[in-house]
Amino acid sequence: MDQETKFHHGTPAADAKPIIEMHDIEKHFGNIIALAGVSFDVRPGECHCLLGDNGAGKSTFIKTMSGVHKPTKGTITIDGQAMDFSSPRDAMEAGIATVFQDLAMIPLMSVTRNFFMGREPVIGSGPFKRMDIQTMNEAAVEEMHKMGINLRGPDQAVGTLSGGERQTVAIARAVYFGARVLILDEPTSALGVRQTSNVLATIDRVRKQGVGVVFISHNVRHALAVGDRFTVLNRGKTLGTATRGEITPEELQDMMAGGQEMAQLEGSLEGTV
Amino acid sequence: MADTPQIVLDERLKKEGIGARLIKRPELGAIAGVVLVTLFFLITADGAMFTLSGIMNFMTPAAQLGILAIGAAMLMIGGEFDLSIGSMVAFAGLIFGACTVTLGLPLLLAIPLTLAVAAGIGAVNGTIVLKTGLPSFIVTLAFLFILRGASLVGLKLASGGSTQLRGVRDAVEGDWLAPFFSGDAFGPIFAWLAQVGVVETFNNGTPKVPGIPVEILWFILLALIATFVLLRTPQGNWIFASGGDRNAASNSGVPVRKVKISLFMFAAICGALVAIITVMDSGSTDARRGFMKEFEAIIAAVIGGCLLTGGYGSAIGAFFGAIIFGMVTIGLTYTNFDQDWFQVFLGGMLLIAVLFNNYIRKRVTGER
Repeated sequence: MDQETKFHHGTPAADAKPIIEMHDIEKHFGNIIALAGVSFDVRPGECHCLLGDNGAGKSTFIKTMSGVHKPTKGTITIDGQAMDFSSPRDAMEAGIATVFQDLAMIPLMSVTRNFFMGREPVIGSGPFKRMDIQTMNEAAVEEMHKMGINLRGPDQAVGTLSGGERQTVAIARAVYFGARVLILDEPTSALGVRQTSNVLATIDRVRKQGVGVVFISHNVRHALAVGDRFTVLNRGKTLGTATRGEITPEELQDMMAGGQEMAQLEGSLEGTV
Repeated sequence: MADTPQIVLDERLKKEGIGARLIKRPELGAIAGVVLVTLFFLITADGAMFTLSGIMNFMTPAAQLGILAIGAAMLMIGGEFDLSIGSMVAFAGLIFGACTVTLGLPLLLAIPLTLAVAAGIGAVNGTIVLKTGLPSFIVTLAFLFILRGASLVGLKLASGGSTQLRGVRDAVEGDWLAPFFSGDAFGPIFAWLAQVGVVETFNNGTPKVPGIPVEILWFILLALIATFVLLRTPQGNWIFASGGDRNAASNSGVPVRKVKISLFMFAAICGALVAIITVMDSGSTDARRGFMKEFEAIIAAVIGGCLLTGGYGSAIGAFFGAIIFGMVTIGLTYTNFDQDWFQVFLGGMLLIAVLFNNYIRKRVTGER
């Protein structure tokens, strides 16, 4: 199968060392076992898709990866060193950035103010310590330009951007602040066709800069468009990992839905799903 | 697809004119309001209103309200309300009166003590709101009554049964800090200006305007500092972010709780500052001080472009909102209109401001 597609250019080195490795992660909430042994890793410059139906444990897993939850069992290593995140800030400092579905964007604020929210560069000292507005504006416009979005101006309110563009601001922000692993939680789920392709193109760009991307989705076609590897979660367990070109959309779909039942359903829907 | 980002301007995006850009500034409405009100009084009012002494006349109440309005505006931008700042003026007045008259403390101690008590109550307000997640409207409404009642009781205790505490002027007489909080500033300059004929004089040769009332200077200073903080510091960005979307802000590493509690403290301190200035001016304090001022301050902030939902607004806007207030209250006495039109006017301004702000918000966020 040809590996070069609209949203996928160049293959990452398969022997590159993973940036983050999650081994046999378990997470229990009281008597509920949300994750029952999930292993996952991300190499630099690859897009590793995490697929699964609703309730498969995708959200719990990425929250563990981004430091929101502590795993009940299992190990997380970064560059071969065991890590123990106690807060999302720890994960961020280790270079793991997460773009959650709500994007952490404020519509009434300008792109620049959103871009640097919580991490404003300052100049001057004492009572005259102030934000370095010029640098901030230039950086925001520049980073957005790199992602293929031309702002009217750095003071354009985020509320005037489309859903896809907001997603891109969030991704650009994470990359700008030194993310090595970028976790995207269903970035395309609420978007139209055109905006989805913008976001997929952004993922491809980011991947080529050497960032490891974790792309969570339940849309097989979106995943196959950009992904290098595909891991399917079902009922809190990994069903397996496939490499680009080794798996067909139908096989992936079946794995996500748990096989059998899906085959029956598909029969009744005559292959429309 | 090419590696370089394409430079394509969206053909559906029209170029924005200066007018469209200006209209997105939150303070525009208030500035337009000042212009309209000025024109109105230029036509209807006696010419004395716009002489130097007339301007000082309406700027003094404007400044007293404006100091509160700036505190209220900052808090509103941060996404919260404080309905207790009016009662805070009475309560801080009591504390200040008790410190100076009853305890006989010098201003060097009395002023920081008053401000600290106010800040403490502001912090209590803020902590309750943030810990419980209750709307600040209801929590501070409770404090509106608590503080008003406590001022009454406290005044009776301090004055031996009366609801007024007198003798503040004698108590602070000669204190070196007093000129910073009472009377008029730049007296010698005005005396000189009167000598050379720039400032009008009374028949006995003293200038009609002895100086700039200190509250006006405090008002301008606070407006400038608040604007600098909002527009040019990381803390300003955090205030907008906390008010715009609390979750998004804290997910991005903004210390939302700290920001909001500090804003509650700042609003309370503004109330205490107004108390100190007005109590020193009148020489006494009473339980009705600051009555209804919380609403007037919020109205001035809204006229100044603050959204009730938070995350948007400006301190400069509140500054002009308060000036509109001062001009209308005092200005009506220079006209033939019944002064009681004031309240009608006030409600009308508020309604227009809210409609205007709503329209602006839709423009800014691109909602339709």
